[in-house]
Amino acid sequence: MNSPLVTALMAALPQFVTGTWLTVQLVALSLLVGLVLATLVAVMRLSHLAPLSWVARGYIYVFRSTPLLVQIFLIYYGLGQFDAVRQSLLWPLLREPYWCAIIAFVLNTGAYTAEIMRGGIEAVPHGQVEAARACGMGGGLLFRRIILPQAFRLALPAYGNEIILMLQGSALASTITLMELTGVAKAIAARTFQPIEVFCLAGTVYLGMSFLITRGVQLAERRLTPVKR
Amino acid sequence: MMDLLGFGGRGWGLQLLQGMGMTLLVAVSAYLWGLGLGGVAAALKLSGHRGGRVAADAYTTIVRGVPSLLVIYLLFFGGNSAATWVVGLLGFNGPVELSALPVGILAVGTVSGAYSAEVLRGGALAVPHGQVEAAKALGMNRWLTFRRVMLPQTLRYALPGLGNVWQLTLKDTSLVSVVALVELMRVAYLAQGATRQPFLFFTTAGLLYLAMAGLSGRLFARAEVWAGRGVRRAAR
Repeated sequence: MNSPLVTALMAALPQFVTGTWLTVQLVALSLLVGLVLATLVAVMRLSHLAPLSWVARGYIYVFRSTPLLVQIFLIYYGLGQFDAVRQSLLWPLLREPYWCAIIAFVLNTGAYTAEIMRGGIEAVPHGQVEAARACGMGGGLLFRRIILPQAFRLALPAYGNEIILMLQGSALASTITLMELTGVAKAIAARTFQPIEVFCLAGTVYLGMSFLITRGVQLAERRLTPVKR
Repeated sequence: MMDLLGFGGRGWGLQLLQGMGMTLLVAVSAYLWGLGLGGVAAALKLSGHRGGRVAADAYTTIVRGVPSLLVIYLLFFGGNSAATWVVGLLGFNGPVELSALPVGILAVGTVSGAYSAEVLRGGALAVPHGQVEAAKALGMNRWLTFRRVMLPQTLRYALPGLGNVWQLTLKDTSLVSVVALVELMRVAYLAQGATRQPFLFFTTAGLLYLAMAGLSGRLFARAEVWAGRGVRRAAR
């Protein structure tokens, strides 16, 4: 390590911090909205109404079998091609790379999480449903009080993996000009001609975040398991 | 508008097909390279050798903890600057640019290998230990036990997981387009730039990925049936 590099990295530190903050924002917002979407889709997927189930299946299949990059480009470049979209109320949103990235991430993580949630819902023991019915619960109340909380708990370990995958997917936001962590690293690497050091530094930050996520999920698992509390 | 996808004068059909071929080439090579790398890493993880285990753990943890895009950037731009440095030592000047294809395969394969390693390790652990003891009792040496008893069963247990890793690898190849390798995603990008029809070309690219994922998924399902022949199921 030569000192000009250290000075360059120190000078770039504020950029790294804002990049990391943008990454955190993108991931947190996408996961939050994605979880709501995923829960809806999982319920649709398990619905006895065939058309609802088909729509959910189709959505999950398409978004899980195509690269995230295609989805981002389709929303960022593709939608702007149509005059109808340009004149619509949504255009101020769809014009911004930030919101395009969020929309793509939400749709992507929604599809993966829906399958995770489906697994969680199916794993709730049927006796629980019967007991709730015997207590007079039904419909929405049964779902909200009995099935959903347990499904969340059962889905948590798999959802932890999805959080980390979303963190990694957020790097693709840099391809549509967003200066999140990977975007910042690429810009600094081009400026300082020290790609190895700069990308390793960014990688360390990602590893740190992955570690925190893993620990957080472990903690949540323990909190949500009454026996271990 | 549809003639833009055709094979005629203004059509991008041929380029799209060539891009798809390149995508498949990168995906298959990277997958095989990852399988080899993952196999070695899995063996090291399961071995009693402490240093090897630590190295393999570090490999899978680091690569699975950072974005694939960052690994690609690191190997591509880092590789270029390392190559420039090496060439500089030999007395040549000027920047060196490595070819995007081998670096792309190396990068995607390195990511794929980290996931394969975990899948293969799980497969190996699923083989009942009594079988290894039985092989030993029959007088098989370690290599023969590995080849006749461990390997075939590990692959069978690992097959569903390896199918997932393949789908992941296929989708990851789209990231190599950012370092200008002309695969499917790059062709779609160039075509939409030239024709100003981004929706058409990115939808087409998406459908082609969907087709590749669907067809290869069928192949893996068939391989699972083939590998599981003669095995009694617990359910169904």
